[in-house]
Amino acid sequence: MLMKSHTAPVRSRRRLGTNIGPSTWLLAPALIFFAIFALVPLLGVAVLSFMHWDGLGTPSFAGLSNWQQTFTNPVTLNAMWLTFAMTVLCYLTQAPISILVGVFMAGEQKYRAVYSVLYFLPLLFSAAAVGIAFKALLDPNFGLSKAFNIALLSQDWLGSTDLVFYVLIFVISWCFVPFHSLLYQAAVKQIPTSMNEAAMLDGAGRVRTFFSVTLPQIKYTVITSSTLMIVGSLTYFDLVFVMTNGGPGNATRILPLDMYLTGFRSYQMGAASAIAVILVVVGLAVSLLLNRFSGTDQMESQQEGA
Amino acid sequence: MRNAKNLPSSSSRKFSTPRRLLVSAAMIAPLALAACGGAQPGGEANGEFSAWALTGTQQNAFKDSFAQWNERNQEQPIAADFFANDAYKEKVRTAVGAGNAPTLIFNWSGGTLADYVANGNVVDLTGKVDALEERAIEAIEKTGEVDGVQYAVPNNSTQPVVLYTNKKLFEQVGVEAPATWQETLDVVKAFKAEGIIPFAVAGQSQWPYLMWIAYLTDRIGGPEVFQAIQNNEPNAWSHPAVTEALTKIQELVEAGGFGDSYGSVVADANADAALVHTDKAAMLLQGSWLYAGFKADAPQWYEEENLGFAPFPTIDGGKGDPSNIVGNPANFWSVSADASEEAQQAAFEYLNDYTLNEESVKSFIGLGLVPSVDGAEEAIAASEDAGFLGYAYQSVQSAPNFQLSWDQALAPDQAQVLLTNLSQIFQGSITPEQFVEAMNATIK
Repeated sequence: MLMKSHTAPVRSRRRLGTNIGPSTWLLAPALIFFAIFALVPLLGVAVLSFMHWDGLGTPSFAGLSNWQQTFTNPVTLNAMWLTFAMTVLCYLTQAPISILVGVFMAGEQKYRAVYSVLYFLPLLFSAAAVGIAFKALLDPNFGLSKAFNIALLSQDWLGSTDLVFYVLIFVISWCFVPFHSLLYQAAVKQIPTSMNEAAMLDGAGRVRTFFSVTLPQIKYTVITSSTLMIVGSLTYFDLVFVMTNGGPGNATRILPLDMYLTGFRSYQMGAASAIAVILVVVGLAVSLLLNRFSGTDQMESQQEGA
Repeated sequence: MRNAKNLPSSSSRKFSTPRRLLVSAAMIAPLALAACGGAQPGGEANGEFSAWALTGTQQNAFKDSFAQWNERNQEQPIAADFFANDAYKEKVRTAVGAGNAPTLIFNWSGGTLADYVANGNVVDLTGKVDALEERAIEAIEKTGEVDGVQYAVPNNSTQPVVLYTNKKLFEQVGVEAPATWQETLDVVKAFKAEGIIPFAVAGQSQWPYLMWIAYLTDRIGGPEVFQAIQNNEPNAWSHPAVTEALTKIQELVEAGGFGDSYGSVVADANADAALVHTDKAAMLLQGSWLYAGFKADAPQWYEEENLGFAPFPTIDGGKGDPSNIVGNPANFWSVSADASEEAQQAAFEYLNDYTLNEESVKSFIGLGLVPSVDGAEEAIAASEDAGFLGYAYQSVQSAPNFQLSWDQALAPDQAQVLLTNLSQIFQGSITPEQFVEAMNATIK
């Protein structure tokens, strides 16, 4: 399915594409949709980032003042730092767990299917519901600590600046590990059994097989999942909004939340738009970079020797 | 910023509508994605008579009142929609900005109403709702004025903030409800020694913190201090009363006055009240709307007459009148300027004849709420909640000043900075001086 020789087949494929392949016009509906629902609003936001608007009157031209405010406002700068920290920590927590759970779910153990269903459950819940549920569970007086009668669980989970950030990372990971595990499970299942058998015959143990066969074989899934995780954390919003609303103080006011609160609580639509533009640019840049450096565009086979 | 858009109302607004719509649509699309959308707002057609109000305790009183109107005005019924508090505040402003506001706009007066007025979104009610103005308590009705002109009229109960006490715990520890700040500190010590949280406060929700700073500032420096802040006088936050209030808050936090996990307590599900009625906390500074919550959530505890209430303690040498109160004087109806002529006429008629009329007052009292009208003494005395309602009603009527919640009184962007910084004061992560500096920067 993947091209290794670069001569004849490529030419023949190109000819096929121009003559027999579907008309380019079939792209039109998707493109029009994309233009109306993505490009036009994006342009609107870009324009609005140069204006003052409180959501009620007529927007007035503001020049660069929103941008100046965005890059000098300590709250927004802190939000950028928090977003960066959240992205890194989320990735470092989620990636290893997802790979391990994914590999486990692809195996043949007893009760594997039962475990898989359990792992998969959080994916079915809406983020708002998860947020509200965790808010209740983490209540220091009536939550988990009371249910199990364990004093250690009665911490100021959402009210202490030192704890709240890690609590959020935990809940976010709890929500998203199942999805990424699913990706890895599918990837691991696609590794031909002959490779594992060959490794076994060569005397490789479980750990060695994992590092020398499984990991290299699921390389592209790692890249896909990493892109989703990193870009996802950059724009992460709903759980944080429901659970902490950015508090206590500014301790969890990440950039997307900063955008929302600036826009819909402070009604500074111009400044909120500037933050939105930053988010779009950074998100696009990061996913492009990930693609470029990870070599997904080079299309080499993963199954040499299979 | 607000003045810049104070344009001549009708003509310029008409021409800018398409552009405004385009910009608002463009603006809202990506942000709405983040906001998770939600249902389409209901009463959008400008021709029909529509009203938006809040879910919760008061919902039924509004429903009854609307039903009463609908029964007698079948040719022009009210299309009513109810929303949760926070979601409502965002939704209604977007709708007002886009010219799709309901005929009757539920609001808190204060900063947002001033924005509506500056943009010509609401109708001048002077002389149009005299009958309602006659019924309403005058001091409350005055809160609906912007620059001396009536743009909003009270539509429900008055909501002073009172100090709820758990009488059982007070008896157990052998102390009295504190009347002065010194007594407050003593009582805190006594409860702490018994392992009881002295004051419950829902810190996760942030806004309950405002009641503390508002009461303390008023008791120490009088209403003029916040008045100057609200008027955007330069460096108004530097008034020593504000610094002293913040210092007292931090003093109380350090003394363990709020326990050690108040930052995770959420107000939405009345977890702060639950601390009191499960005998974990002795006192709670909260709005009068919570009384009904106590009664509903802990009927047995309430039956045993464990719920007490007291005014906020006085402060030695303080300038403010000890009978001043803070809270929400009431909620208000404003009439949308974008509504059709017929809808506006119907709205005036509804306000005059149905809002807070005799039946409506009765249904508020029945829900354990204090109606914002004069002459309700008899109806209150006859109700089963005569004790609390009578106390709250009397304290509203005898208060020389009823301070509107600070987050509502200020412009929305200032209110946000206030909530964040106050939350940091309660955490002890900033000093009163840093707070004052941050808040002075919001004066415009």
